[in-house]
Amino acid sequence: MLDVKQLSIQAGSFQLDSVTFSVETGSCTALMGSSGSGKTTIMEAICGLRHINSGVINLAGTDITQLRPGERGVALVPQDNVLFPHLSVREHLAFGPTIQKWPKAQMSERCDELAENLGIRHLLERKPAMLSGGEAKRVALGRALATRPNLLCLDEAMTGLDDDTHREIMELIKSTIARENTTTLHITHSLREAHELADTVIQIKDIAQLPPQTI
Amino acid sequence: MPADIAPPKLRSDVPFFAGLTGFIGLYIGLIILLVLANVSYISWDDLVTAMTDEAILSSLELTFWTCTVTAILSVFFAVPIGYSLSRFNFRGRTLLDTLLDIPIILPPLVVGLSLLILFNSFPHRDNSLEDWLNSHGIFVTFHIPAIILAQFTVAAAFAVRSMRNTFDQISPRGELVALTLGCNRSQVFWEVALPQAGKGVLSAGVLAWARALGEFGPILVFAGATRGRTEVLATSVFLEINIGNLGGAAAVSLILITLAISTILIIRLAGDRK
Repeated sequence: MLDVKQLSIQAGSFQLDSVTFSVETGSCTALMGSSGSGKTTIMEAICGLRHINSGVINLAGTDITQLRPGERGVALVPQDNVLFPHLSVREHLAFGPTIQKWPKAQMSERCDELAENLGIRHLLERKPAMLSGGEAKRVALGRALATRPNLLCLDEAMTGLDDDTHREIMELIKSTIARENTTTLHITHSLREAHELADTVIQIKDIAQLPPQTI
Repeated sequence: MPADIAPPKLRSDVPFFAGLTGFIGLYIGLIILLVLANVSYISWDDLVTAMTDEAILSSLELTFWTCTVTAILSVFFAVPIGYSLSRFNFRGRTLLDTLLDIPIILPPLVVGLSLLILFNSFPHRDNSLEDWLNSHGIFVTFHIPAIILAQFTVAAAFAVRSMRNTFDQISPRGELVALTLGCNRSQVFWEVALPQAGKGVLSAGVLAWARALGEFGPILVFAGATRGRTEVLATSVFLEINIGNLGGAAAVSLILITLAISTILIIRLAGDRK
């Protein structure tokens, strides 16, 4: 379970206070709000990529507030995927397990499993430059899930995809997080997307004290 | 567009492209003319003499390997410094940035003079850094290490600028994702940032190599111009002019130009193929 309590985050002149919400283990929560309201700021704070002034983040029974990003068990799929141009798809899937020094056999098994489930087995030797938008999204999802994180953060992960690919990726994400039983926090602008993917939909104005200009 | 308004007639693009071509042509023309003037001044005998002269050949060899050592050293320093300047906001960054410009701004002779003073009068004239090094069997001033140090002082500053631009052009977002995947800062650098900067590293190396090749002022002051000992090609040109052999100086210049163009071309082509 993800439990965020009274989080206060400063990002330049932008400040978010009293951010409080929770996500049940194995469920998907969509976090919605207008542009510039601080959704991504909250997600980055949970990932450990942004300084927190005060508050507590608990994940799977552990206080992760002061942990470094790589120690939190939180994985991120950004809107623009941010794949590593020098690595092949196989190396993307193996990136997290390699860094975490998994045994080779286990790592290879996990890569095969993800490649199969995400339908990217035929792309394993390709570099990101040779992938379509939908394929790149699958790889970004696989890279994030490879180490079996306690929380998967999808930062507007389906924005910018054409209708067919959007539908296809939506189904893939739904089935993948169900199969992996991954607790998921999904940021989106689309109410339809939120209802389709998430078990719970929360509005940022209901869980945080926002700066007056963003309300 | 309303029906009664005629679409505007676009002016021709020809003047714009003619302007671009003109600027390119004028500058490239000047460079080519410099080389041609050099070539026209050299007689066949001058060239043969220069290419068979033992002092010139040994200066060619010394130039090649001192430039190579300088380029490697420059890249070793430029990569971490450029990365730090590009990625981290820290107190004194602007001051550091300005300090790094000093070797670029200073007149070359001043760089040489400063190195000479640093090694021979610092911290005391009677007990200098050079004295201490000499007591440990290391000789810098007026020896080959002085050539490398003089080249490095200037070339590294250019390499740092080049590496900073390279890292500025690589989005840091990939590095943030890598942090969430379990990397520490060092792993982010080695596994994500540096592999993406490969071509930039090569460019910084080429720039440092070329800069080192053209260095003369600091070498003259700090390493001297001793024939056959601390003589690099730029020094050879100076020595030939000094003895009134302009044909010989032009021949050595041509060797210098050929060495520069062929080395840079080979490295760039190899980089492009990668």
